[in-house]
Amino acid sequence: MKSFEEISELLKNNFSDIHFEFHPEAKFEPYILVPANKIDTVCLFLRDNNELYFDSLINLSAVDDFNGNKIKDDKGNEIMQGGTMSIYYHMESIKFRHKLLIKVILDRDNPSVNSVTSIWNCANWHEREAFDLFGINFNNHPDLRRILMPYDWEFGHPLRKDYQNPEFYQGMKVPY
Amino acid sequence: MSVKTEEMVLNMGPQHPSTHGVLRLELTLDGEIITKVVPHIGYLHRCFEKHCEVMTYPQVIPYTDRMDYLAAMGNEFGYVIGVEKLLGIQVPERVEYIRVIMAELQRIASHLVAIGTYGADIGAFTPFLYCFRDRERILNLFEITCGARLLYNYIWIGGLSHDLHPDFIRLTKEFIREFKPNLKELNNILTYNKIFIDRTANVGILPLETAINFGITGPMLRASGLRWDLRKDDTYSVYNKFDFEIPVGKGKMGTVGDSWDRYYVRVLEMEESIKIIEQAIAQLPDGDVTSAIPKKIKPPVGHIYSRVENPRGELGYFIISDGSTSPFRVKVRAPSFVNLQIMDELCRGHLVADVIAILGSVDIVLGEVDR
Repeated sequence: MKSFEEISELLKNNFSDIHFEFHPEAKFEPYILVPANKIDTVCLFLRDNNELYFDSLINLSAVDDFNGNKIKDDKGNEIMQGGTMSIYYHMESIKFRHKLLIKVILDRDNPSVNSVTSIWNCANWHEREAFDLFGINFNNHPDLRRILMPYDWEFGHPLRKDYQNPEFYQGMKVPY
Repeated sequence: MSVKTEEMVLNMGPQHPSTHGVLRLELTLDGEIITKVVPHIGYLHRCFEKHCEVMTYPQVIPYTDRMDYLAAMGNEFGYVIGVEKLLGIQVPERVEYIRVIMAELQRIASHLVAIGTYGADIGAFTPFLYCFRDRERILNLFEITCGARLLYNYIWIGGLSHDLHPDFIRLTKEFIREFKPNLKELNNILTYNKIFIDRTANVGILPLETAINFGITGPMLRASGLRWDLRKDDTYSVYNKFDFEIPVGKGKMGTVGDSWDRYYVRVLEMEESIKIIEQAIAQLPDGDVTSAIPKKIKPPVGHIYSRVENPRGELGYFIISDGSTSPFRVKVRAPSFVNLQIMDELCRGHLVADVIAILGSVDIVLGEVDR
């Protein structure tokens, strides 16, 4: 079972061209910040390396950091411009019993990242849920479409912090 | 002379007696053999994660009950463990033992529903009521403790809402004494029944590599041969003080990882849960269950992922706190949501009737899939 420091060393030695940010001081769970365009190469290495062997993706969560500028749009509602969204990947090795948390930061205005579905099939529906509720686009996903909201929901992505409910949906009044 | 054939798309719609809730399965059939299954979910989406952002930490607990409504104690347990770690509270030992007793009683109740409804889906109507008769006794135990049969709001941050009723230990011992022969009866009726074995053995075989790659957890993963249980491998609460086995699928009636194995692992897990409850009752210490409940719950900034072994798999809560009285984000890793992805892989090449057998062995609850 490897510690967080040993995993960080292995990653630094194998990917000298990628700029990681290690956060071992994070109080409850140490994490590694990976640049968004390199997440699939790093994850493939994490899964296939003989000493790490992260064969199981436990969880993939998207978070709206809500740290941009609050402005008012033409209807007078408060929306956000700029800022970031993050995705957290929790992975575990069943063989070696170590766990790891990886964080990726994306632009809030046009969030887009490579899909890890080809590495862990578990990510398939998790990424569909992140697309549905946050609007994050996953490149190379085999089947990216809404999963929890109705397929014809055209009023945005509900879990964003500046989401407004529509007035009517297919003739039914939404706020009651 | 050749016959022109086409594939037919059949809708096993949201209203169906055997889909365990509002699940729509779009089956593409070639005659009676399945070529593709596409599950459509979202009919029970109640926006749990959006609600969490406007409520305070204790107010979230009744909402967590309602996700997997057949295993509500486990849901509360997972959330409360996460918040207690963020706050750095240590609960009294009596609280830990009572939580384990409740979680294991809930595991028995949930597996009884899984087994009873699985038999009913296949066509065996009698074991369904036998299972529910035993489940009623467990729900009575919960009712005298916290007043509710199915959705409890019992496990609070820092302790419990009520201490055990004075008659609880006696009634639990009576229940265990009368449940053990009922388990033997259930095995005689359903588990070793030739028709049941014919319908479920060698149906929906799940290889171990595929299971790990798809993120399958719980009895489904154990039926494919891997002895992985969070109560032993990433132990939480006081589970390390009890002596119990982890049942694993062995392919007794067919192949390792078929539907019969997934069913049999649940039967064996009920026996192990009884062992845990007996040991916990024998070791139960005294104490005050409400002494560690904080007045104001305001965790420091940070994030944590806490997980428990629910009857359906690994239930995880990823809680992000921004220092205020309500969570910034709560993401629920629901076991049924992840386990349902495997339907397409498992059903290919089987007949339409096998889809029901496979879906019953996956044991989903739509409240948890859709949240």
